[in-house]
Amino acid sequence: MSDDHPKTDLEDLDSRLKRVRKKGKFGNSGGFDNGTGEASGFSLAMRVGAEMVSALIVGVGIGLLLDYWLDTGPWFFVVFFFLGAGAGMLNVYRATSNMGLAPGYRHDIEDK
Amino acid sequence: MANPLAQFEVKTLIPIHLGDVNASLTNSGFFMVVTVAAVSLFVILGMRNRALVPGRWQSMTELSYEFIAGMVRDNVGSEGRKYFPFIFSLFMFILFANLIGLIPYSFTFTSHIVVTFAMALVIFLSVTVIAIARHGLHFFSFFLPTGVPLIMAPLLVPIEILSYLSRPISMSIRLFANMMAGHTMMKVFAGFIIPLGILGGWAPLAIDVALTVFELLVAFLQAYVFTILTCLYLNDAIKLH
Repeated sequence: MSDDHPKTDLEDLDSRLKRVRKKGKFGNSGGFDNGTGEASGFSLAMRVGAEMVSALIVGVGIGLLLDYWLDTGPWFFVVFFFLGAGAGMLNVYRATSNMGLAPGYRHDIEDK
Repeated sequence: MANPLAQFEVKTLIPIHLGDVNASLTNSGFFMVVTVAAVSLFVILGMRNRALVPGRWQSMTELSYEFIAGMVRDNVGSEGRKYFPFIFSLFMFILFANLIGLIPYSFTFTSHIVVTFAMALVIFLSVTVIAIARHGLHFFSFFLPTGVPLIMAPLLVPIEILSYLSRPISMSIRLFANMMAGHTMMKVFAGFIIPLGILGGWAPLAIDVALTVFELLVAFLQAYVFTILTCLYLNDAIKLH
């Protein structure tokens, strides 16, 4: 960079850096998080799949454990399967409705 | 054709048995050591000169530092500053693990859910502890979204708790599945190159070249996603309301 301009001193470098920064080229950190980047298709599918499956795993796991401990037939399993499916859909809804990557109702993630 | 899943096999390199505990050095553990050494070398050697106008290595080190510092600042705020060392180490560890795993004959330990789940569990537990330490019992209001009628609470609170508990699992599944799928896909296509011969072998070879570039992107992207999720969860824990 500084090889092309031998007379460049630090102040010049500073002003050039400021100019580049003002253009906003390096202002945003990342830019992959909104799911509209180039790799959106595959990564969105991965994200949605992982959200859905993980909530189901947790739900079914808790249901089976409760059934195992309390000896209550398939009932907790059935209940927690549907709760897990609900949580999974909630996760997917939150992940895809531009509320950030995280499950959570907090809007202050958005308005940084 | 070579088994495309054989690359994920954990092999013992140096058997170590401490009593009943199997503490052997496996290829997985070996590459973790390599990753830590590479990250340390990258940062220490990169910052050795401490020039005012950075050279190439120092630029890369400063770039990664500023990238994570900006991420923490944007997503957690000034209160997240004390967690920066952890988040920076986490990002560099995953990024270097993913990139080193792309080198032929190496081992990608982030393609094992044990590893990713252990990392996600540490993050999940520490974020929960931070939230409870900062907000006390108020933390549990997290599970009842504001503006929800109380009649819905018996249904919504379990769903919110399940959604919260699914965080470490979705984090770990995302990283592990991406790495494993990519490496398996590359191996499957690579297995077609020689059997298809000099006439047909070009197509899978071209796909593998494209996949290698794509995997570089995925390696970075997944490290980024894992880190930014940590930041967002930390933000939830610190701000809460």
